Amino acid sequence: MSDQTVSRRHFLKVSSIAGGGIMFGFHLLTDASPVKHAAGTIFSPNAYVSIDSNGLITLMSPNPEIGQGVKTALPMILAEELEVQWDKVVVEMAPLDQSKYGSQTTGGSGAVRSRFTPIRNAGATARQMMITAAAQQWGANEGDCYAENAFVIHKPSGKKLAYGDLAAKAALLPVPASVKLKDPKDFKIIGTRVHNIDNHKIITGKPLFGIDTRREGMLFAIVARPPAFGKSLKSFDDTETRKVAGVKNVVSVPSRNLVAVLATSTWAAKKGRDVLKVVWEETSKLESTPDHDASFTELLNNYSEKPGRNDGDIDAALNNKDYKIVEAVYETPALSHANMEPLNFFADVKDGKVDLYGPTQVPARLRTEVAKAVGVPETNITLGMPRQGGGFGRKLQPDNGVEAALISQAAKVPIQMLWMREDDMQGDFYRPPSMFKYKAAISPANELVAWHLNAAVLSGGRASNPDGFPAKAVANYRADNHSLKTNIQTGPWRAPTSNSVAFADECFLDELAHQMKKDPVALRLELLEKAKNQPVGKTDGGYDVAKYKSVIDLVTQISGWGKTKKPNVYQGFAAHFSFSTYAAHVAEITKLKDGTFRVTKVYSAVNCGRVVNQSGAETQVEGAIIDGLSHALFSKVTFDKGAVEQTNFHTYKFLRMKDAPIEVIVKFVPSEDAPTGLGEPGLPPMAPAIGNAIFAATGIRYRKLPFEFAKA
Amino acid sequence: MATYKISVNNKLLTVDADPDTPMLWVLRDHLNLVGTKFGCGIAQCGACTVHFNGFAVRSCQLPVSEVKDSKIVTIEGLSAEGTHPVQQAWSEVDVPQCGYCQSGQIMAAAAMLKHNPHPTDEDIDLSISNICRCGTHYRIRKAIHLAASKGGVTK
Repeated sequence: MSDQTVSRRHFLKVSSIAGGGIMFGFHLLTDASPVKHAAGTIFSPNAYVSIDSNGLITLMSPNPEIGQGVKTALPMILAEELEVQWDKVVVEMAPLDQSKYGSQTTGGSGAVRSRFTPIRNAGATARQMMITAAAQQWGANEGDCYAENAFVIHKPSGKKLAYGDLAAKAALLPVPASVKLKDPKDFKIIGTRVHNIDNHKIITGKPLFGIDTRREGMLFAIVARPPAFGKSLKSFDDTETRKVAGVKNVVSVPSRNLVAVLATSTWAAKKGRDVLKVVWEETSKLESTPDHDASFTELLNNYSEKPGRNDGDIDAALNNKDYKIVEAVYETPALSHANMEPLNFFADVKDGKVDLYGPTQVPARLRTEVAKAVGVPETNITLGMPRQGGGFGRKLQPDNGVEAALISQAAKVPIQMLWMREDDMQGDFYRPPSMFKYKAAISPANELVAWHLNAAVLSGGRASNPDGFPAKAVANYRADNHSLKTNIQTGPWRAPTSNSVAFADECFLDELAHQMKKDPVALRLELLEKAKNQPVGKTDGGYDVAKYKSVIDLVTQISGWGKTKKPNVYQGFAAHFSFSTYAAHVAEITKLKDGTFRVTKVYSAVNCGRVVNQSGAETQVEGAIIDGLSHALFSKVTFDKGAVEQTNFHTYKFLRMKDAPIEVIVKFVPSEDAPTGLGEPGLPPMAPAIGNAIFAATGIRYRKLPFEFAKA
Repeated sequence: MATYKISVNNKLLTVDADPDTPMLWVLRDHLNLVGTKFGCGIAQCGACTVHFNGFAVRSCQLPVSEVKDSKIVTIEGLSAEGTHPVQQAWSEVDVPQCGYCQSGQIMAAAAMLKHNPHPTDEDIDLSISNICRCGTHYRIRKAIHLAASKGGVTK
């Protein structure tokens, strides 16, 4: 980017390919990717920005778009520094090329957070070179020139030159080693309300997604996979399958335990798979949910070998006869990612080369895994990324791409592999179930003096965040973590760990507040004061007191916390810090005429640093709130002898319009800080906000998700 | 395998398919109209919603042999350029996140407004049952009210 030197500057390529097409930003001589762009000179000082002599400005969005809005937000940042109007730029999804774009993984709410400054630099570099080119053309001082709306303007004379007219000249200039970024007070695009860049294509049903891929000679592949964790492929008989009209081939990939049916349509492939006779054999233990729960309970009888945090003397405090001890156990179930777009991938393996196109959050890792599985060098693999129908962490696993490549290799045809919903439910890397055992002590002075969380999770990750709130605020604090070994696939799911432990922590805090006869918000503010003035134990890492307080203050203000006089309306509060972002929600539930409850309104305050896209940011939080509500009310995965009991959406339930809040109010704490993550942090506080509202309404404490009261 | 002549987006099209083939797959795999989406295959999620004689149906449960003289309209046929009031409202409210379920949501909303031009929140609760994992429900509700206020029934 901005550190390029003249000798590395080989970005200028002049082409007369007619007919336009996709333009790729490119700047390395070694770049072997095919270049298709409009006629005319291309100015492309880095991989992100291309400007042709017709003034067409193309911005590359480097990270997979899974609905989190980066394909809009990242180019907004580029356009801001480049000084071009948003509605005049073309945005393209960058192909996989980490040598140009750095990490192209989408996960951990990290794209805007990690790329904010580098992308500003990329845009500013192009803008500066335009100014230099114009100044040279006019024989003017650069200091007398400025850029605006894709023009360079000479202030003293009022002369102006369009970026397109400067492209050829700018392309010959050395790339400056450092450039001046805009003063944020001059931002015209960052912080405004910009709509999803693909809206028009989405609302008109254009082919945008991996599942929409159609290529010459392609067959549709539907795959038989083990019906339970612990079972493997033994043998199969495809006699009946091959009789199904449209079925062209049946291939097996024993290393992946799969048999694929290839046909001229999805329906034919599915019918072929339905009559495939497969023998599965038990090769490891067939696990069930009740066994997991029993093992959790057993594990939680003991401390873990090494606590995640251990301040003061937890045993002494919990055995102090003068203290009031409060105990509770919380439970969260396994969850499926259930992306609305079921997993799929296009693969064409031919002549030692692999062409891949499909949904993934980890394009680089997927390519590496495909190279290993297929046995070709990574340089022989191309990978394109469509817009993706959800991600939520499922596509951090590259299995869909690897399967598709192996099937294409075995069948020697280009294929599109699609998972039926039932395949998706049984073949997930689930949000692991957890159990949380709390023991806390309240002193005679009515203060929280001890907090012990002993937590267990089904493999794959941590059960809790040991440095999370209320760590630092409690004199005797201990966090233990147990992991239960399993052969069931688990993995990250929107806001990993936080999505479970926030429910337990924030409901237990509510319980303590009621025990102490304190307002739940007041208790949190009291604890934050302690963390600020007399912090206990390690203070680096974890949450920032002032920012945590900023969202509590804002949400209590906008929700009228504690003051609501609406009949049959009850409020619940919860807050959580994750992915460098602070979120606090107040959920309002209404008792309906039939005596049931509905979450009718949710207020949210978020501190995520500077907001890049006001509309996109609001929609991420609104969505996380509704997603959090949906799973808290309805969703769970349970296992019976290795098989998932919820096979499709009739039993793995989601919220529908009748259970959705009528209103969701999202406010951001004004901030000059660099942007932080936003795809995930709005979700964790939602389940506890509802649990606490239900307690306020009924006096009943629900400690297990999904909430029993909402059984549909 | 049989041959069917069916009306899709006001065009009479010929399709060779097994009688039990759901319209979802006829649209996507035979006619290359991929705006209609697959989500569950059991009429739960509504991603495959199309109009069947003006009513919203889930095309994963509609065999091609049952279509006969009925008129099918898909997202591609709702308007030529995305100018249907519901599509416009979706854009104005900035509803989509990932966008995958939205063609089904739009088709469900457009059919509802055709038969109930000024729905209440309760009407929307009862009529729209599509699943969206991104959680766009709040904006969908806003967009439906906006479309209704602008005359979402013109089609």
